[in-house]
Amino acid sequence: METKQKEKIKKVAVGLNGHSHHAETEIRLAVQKTYKLYIDGKFPRTESGRYYKLNDKNGKVIANICRASRKDFRDAVVVARKAQGDWQKKSAFNRSQILYRIAETLETRRLQFVSTLGLQGVSETAAQKEVSAAVDMLVYYAGWCDKYQQVFSSVNPVESSHFNFSFPEPTGVVTAIASPEQGLLNLVSLMAPSLAGGNSIIILAAEKFPLTAIDFAEVLNASDVPGGVVNILTGFSKELHTHFSSHMDVNAIVYAGDNSAELKTIQTNAAGNVKRVVVVQNIAEESPYRIMELQEVKTTWHPVGI
Amino acid sequence: MPARERGKYIYRIARIMQERARELAIIESLDGGKPIRESRDIDVPLAAAHFFYYAGWADKLDYALPGMAAQPLGVAGQIIPWNFPILMAAWKIAPALACGNTVVLKPAETTPLTALKLAEIFRDADLPPGVVNIVTGAGATGAAIVNHPGIDKVAFTGSTDVGKIIQKALAGTTKKYTLELGGKAANIIFEDAAIDQAVEGIVNGIFFNQGHVCCAGSRLFVQESVANEVVRKLKDRMETLIIGDPLDKNTDIGAINSREQLNKIKALVKVGVNEGGDCYQSSCTLPSKGFWFKPTIFTGVAQSSRIVQEEIFGPVLSIQTFRTVEEAVEKANNTPYGLSGGVWSDKGSKVFKVTSKIKAGVLYQHL
Repeated sequence: METKQKEKIKKVAVGLNGHSHHAETEIRLAVQKTYKLYIDGKFPRTESGRYYKLNDKNGKVIANICRASRKDFRDAVVVARKAQGDWQKKSAFNRSQILYRIAETLETRRLQFVSTLGLQGVSETAAQKEVSAAVDMLVYYAGWCDKYQQVFSSVNPVESSHFNFSFPEPTGVVTAIASPEQGLLNLVSLMAPSLAGGNSIIILAAEKFPLTAIDFAEVLNASDVPGGVVNILTGFSKELHTHFSSHMDVNAIVYAGDNSAELKTIQTNAAGNVKRVVVVQNIAEESPYRIMELQEVKTTWHPVGI
Repeated sequence: MPARERGKYIYRIARIMQERARELAIIESLDGGKPIRESRDIDVPLAAAHFFYYAGWADKLDYALPGMAAQPLGVAGQIIPWNFPILMAAWKIAPALACGNTVVLKPAETTPLTALKLAEIFRDADLPPGVVNIVTGAGATGAAIVNHPGIDKVAFTGSTDVGKIIQKALAGTTKKYTLELGGKAANIIFEDAAIDQAVEGIVNGIFFNQGHVCCAGSRLFVQESVANEVVRKLKDRMETLIIGDPLDKNTDIGAINSREQLNKIKALVKVGVNEGGDCYQSSCTLPSKGFWFKPTIFTGVAQSSRIVQEEIFGPVLSIQTFRTVEEAVEKANNTPYGLSGGVWSDKGSKVFKVTSKIKAGVLYQHL
């Protein structure tokens, strides 16, 4: 009887991520993580109290995931708007260093991400590759923070006595809906161009990859990203895409999903306050135009004369 | 090596420099004599920032140089001066590496230490051996770099005289070169300027780094109506400057870099006095040992005075007056140099108009 019980506890000790830590020598129950949302640099539960079950391939429950509500989203917009101004005001070099810092933190947590991507059905080889791609993409956009304005600004010849120049500025608050088939690179691909360009963002993670999304939120939380600049919700696109696209204090929406009906609704709703709609087809794409899609161009006429 | 991986090496270098920033700042001040406040807050962080910035360009060159399909030149021979040793090294090395070149760098003979520390950092960052090479020495070493057939590009920052020698030496070769030479920057203060702020700016412009700055604001043009006020306030402000131990964080003005430079400054100031200039120095006491020079201003000087025409590279400012905008512009442009300049006025449109007429590469507008 006693042996049987020990066996049972041993199995449980194998724990959430399939790794056995002390199984051979000790009797120990692994501590499971509660997965919550990421809003304003904090990890609140959904106010709605709703959840969905994430199962492993054998049908066993891995975790109960927060099913974010419209209210959670609206809370996130408020803090994202509040955080955006300061984020934009930070020097471009400082933003660049923070993005690079995210890459550093993510690289050191490679094993964790390979492990949880595995739990969500990604092979180890693919997961390793994905983490590398995500880190490198962060470094790529870190580099753009203090360069895209140089590349995409202009001094314009005009007839009158003016110094006339145009340069891109962040559009403001961005919402993003992740691709359903992808975990980590997905988040980076939606977040990095937006952050590099001085916007704040609210991302709805892929339904199948909530663990990666919240683990990634912890990376952000440990990388000097100010609270509210990136907010990550878990839940259902079918419930939230209408709110993401119709909220009047959102300036742009990025859609990486694959549902054409959802996209049409988003495009239609966006007209309510003339949001920018960006459709991402290839999440692995790295390009400064991904930053520019979330920018407004400002032209200034400065008088010249004695 | 893929451009992206090249960039990651440079990021590493930037990060290690940041980690060792305080150490680098102390070495820089010990070696060159500049105030620790400047090396700590400007030279070293800015040098690290340059590596960080150029790291990002490594895999984005198609955007920096559209349509050029940029290729590395090969080996860059780089010769840098003693006024900003680590910052100059960063300016030279970081872009060369980002574009895929290798480097032979010669620091100035009076300030080689931080460049050698950088070599240690390159090693710690696992930069492949041979990619950056630091050779110390004086003029002969520099000439060996310039004239070596294995060098594809020469980058020089230093005096105009040496720049001319290099340009001549490279005539008839296919080597590319960039020369960043001297300056005799003019600051122009109009009567509608915020005078207190302008005085502060003038003090920074000429006394920062003991005036060992190629874009030092060494000529000042003040509109006649406010000239007395500006000079009086300038003298008052000069009295508060602390000259002395570069490692004391309260020090405003550190040591002159070398005996040779001190002699040059003294000689030119003597010329200024002999030519009839009215010389004023702050009443501070100087340390008994070492190379020091008091903050100095000249009034009553002519356009033809040597101290108005020649780069002194020390804490010496010459002040002249003007009545009209045209006169200010004409006087400011009356120099063979064209590195930098500054304009002080309350009126934005006037500042733009004047800066557009000044023949210099960098203009500072102050409103």
